[in-house]
Amino acid sequence: MSSPKQALTHPASSADAAPGDQPGAAGRGRGTPAPGGDSWRSRLYRWDMKASPYVFIAPFFIVFGAFSLVPLLYTAWYSLHNVQLADLDGQTWAGLKNYENLLSSEFFWNALGNTLTIGVISTVPQLLIAIGMAHLLNYKLRGSTVWRVVMLTPYATSVAAATLVFVLLYSWDGGMINWLLDFVGIDPVNWRESDWGSQFAVSSIVIWRWTGYNALIYLAAMQAIPADLYESAAIDGANRWQQFIHVTVPQLRPTILFTVVVSTIGATQLFGEPLLFGGVSGSKGGSEHQYQTLGLYMYDQGWIIGNLGKASAIAWSMFLILLIVAVIQLLISRRLRKSQ
Amino acid sequence: MTATELTSPPQSTEPADKGRRARPRVMGAGKQLHAGPLTYVVLSLFALVSLAPLVWTAIAASRTNQRLAETPPPLWFGGNLFKNMERAWEEGGLGTAMFNTIFVASMITISTVLFSTLAGFAFAKLRFRFSGVLLLLTIGTMMIPPQLAVVPLYLWMADLGWSNQLQTVILPTLCTAFGTFFMRQYLLQALPSELIEAARVDGASSLRVVWHVVFPAARPAMAVLGLLTFVFAWNDFLWPIIALNQENPTVQVALNSLGTGYVPDQAVIMAGALLGTLPLLIAFLLFGKQIVGGIMQGAVKG
Repeated sequence: MSSPKQALTHPASSADAAPGDQPGAAGRGRGTPAPGGDSWRSRLYRWDMKASPYVFIAPFFIVFGAFSLVPLLYTAWYSLHNVQLADLDGQTWAGLKNYENLLSSEFFWNALGNTLTIGVISTVPQLLIAIGMAHLLNYKLRGSTVWRVVMLTPYATSVAAATLVFVLLYSWDGGMINWLLDFVGIDPVNWRESDWGSQFAVSSIVIWRWTGYNALIYLAAMQAIPADLYESAAIDGANRWQQFIHVTVPQLRPTILFTVVVSTIGATQLFGEPLLFGGVSGSKGGSEHQYQTLGLYMYDQGWIIGNLGKASAIAWSMFLILLIVAVIQLLISRRLRKSQ
Repeated sequence: MTATELTSPPQSTEPADKGRRARPRVMGAGKQLHAGPLTYVVLSLFALVSLAPLVWTAIAASRTNQRLAETPPPLWFGGNLFKNMERAWEEGGLGTAMFNTIFVASMITISTVLFSTLAGFAFAKLRFRFSGVLLLLTIGTMMIPPQLAVVPLYLWMADLGWSNQLQTVILPTLCTAFGTFFMRQYLLQALPSELIEAARVDGASSLRVVWHVVFPAARPAMAVLGLLTFVFAWNDFLWPIIALNQENPTVQVALNSLGTGYVPDQAVIMAGALLGTLPLLIAFLLFGKQIVGGIMQGAVKG
């Protein structure tokens, strides 16, 4: 919706196409007499017009270059070296050895599997609940702002604070959740040790923190859906559920894709929740590594074991996996759009 | 901000509730249905789940370690809140951590808002070569996980002798892609190009345009971006955990230390979690509407 407007409101032609006229006119208008001064001024002005956009975007690209792009390339370089935390100067060429190590390590595959599992069981329910929540928030509510702020409060809680609380809520003995389960006659679950229990617990922290945030994003998109779409659907005899399925959901598709991609990026990097869920030996991701994610595995290998070369290789593997998943998601969404 | 105004659109031709309507009910932006009791019940459940863990943090923080290990978990406040908070502040390092984090988050917020506004303005309103490609690149950088930078950053900071110093966590976040994109989206609509043109005709330099035209127009969005950036900086986890330790922690580093057994007392740990969250909860209480508006506005794609 922005592009036509942008084109319309861009009479920058006066600045770009004919830079000489405007400043000259301005200079004369202000009564600058000396022709030499005038051309100096207009040259300065032209230079200002040309250079200022680049000056304005420079801080971002300098910060990005220095603290993201160059490090990213160095990470690739280090991933081909043997870099030990204990001996930072003694780097030696290792070729693809770090990657070979990873591919033959059961812990890498375990971490990859855990990342995918936790990613799916945290993202899918989170986005489904968020759509439902947004639908409810889209009604005319008393105190609508209060409801929205309340749903967003978990977002104010840091990963660390939230996880510390959930660790206690999920504790085996005297934990709130097992106590509540006992009420309805369910045996206590060992949320720390069991495979699915611990993965569910870690996912629930993610879900708790991010559902309200995603609901607000869906709500914003829902409010932008034109009303006449619903009217014509209603005239066609669609009930409210059918309107939701046939109008709301298709209209939300770009937003859904956006949230899926963002959640996928987050899920690939999942780190703080499993680290603190594990307590003292958190970087192992549980006694059986049952919730060690790729992010955690990288931290463990790099800063606990002290093998920074291998950690670099894990980081690049994460990036490649993320790119593959993103491409698959784009292909699926394209296929879905075509089939509609 | 404007998003909340969208909720009450002008055309509400639907007559006020007159019993059972013959026409099927319509939902969506134009015709907002009044919420029924069931909606309120379900939303209340969501609200309960959202708030209960936070309330319970305060309850646990007001108890003792022994009490928290007993089986019916406490459901109401005890009398140890201030004692536990004091221990978290002193022994858990939350005191130093709070001051450090306020400093770090403020620096990041000021510089991110300033630089993002400049870059957002350039992308929204100025014409220059490669602007489209550079904008795409800016958005694309949001896909890069921070894990890809931490190993070299760690090595460089060690080389510079900056281990455990606050600038290590400030510098990498001085400007963000999200902020740039956020400001671009806002200025695209909120800043009439005619205003810039008028200033140009008067012979204003780019800096004068920024100061007298862009900043005044961008002010509401700058405030919201400031809030969002502050929350983000306060809660940033991965890089601070690697770059800093308990001798000079941020709040998240101190909480991480608490979680790994630095002070083995659950009530003190909960007091620490509460202390570390309290400033943001207060910010949500004061500016919740603006933060909600900012997230909703950032979401609407241009």
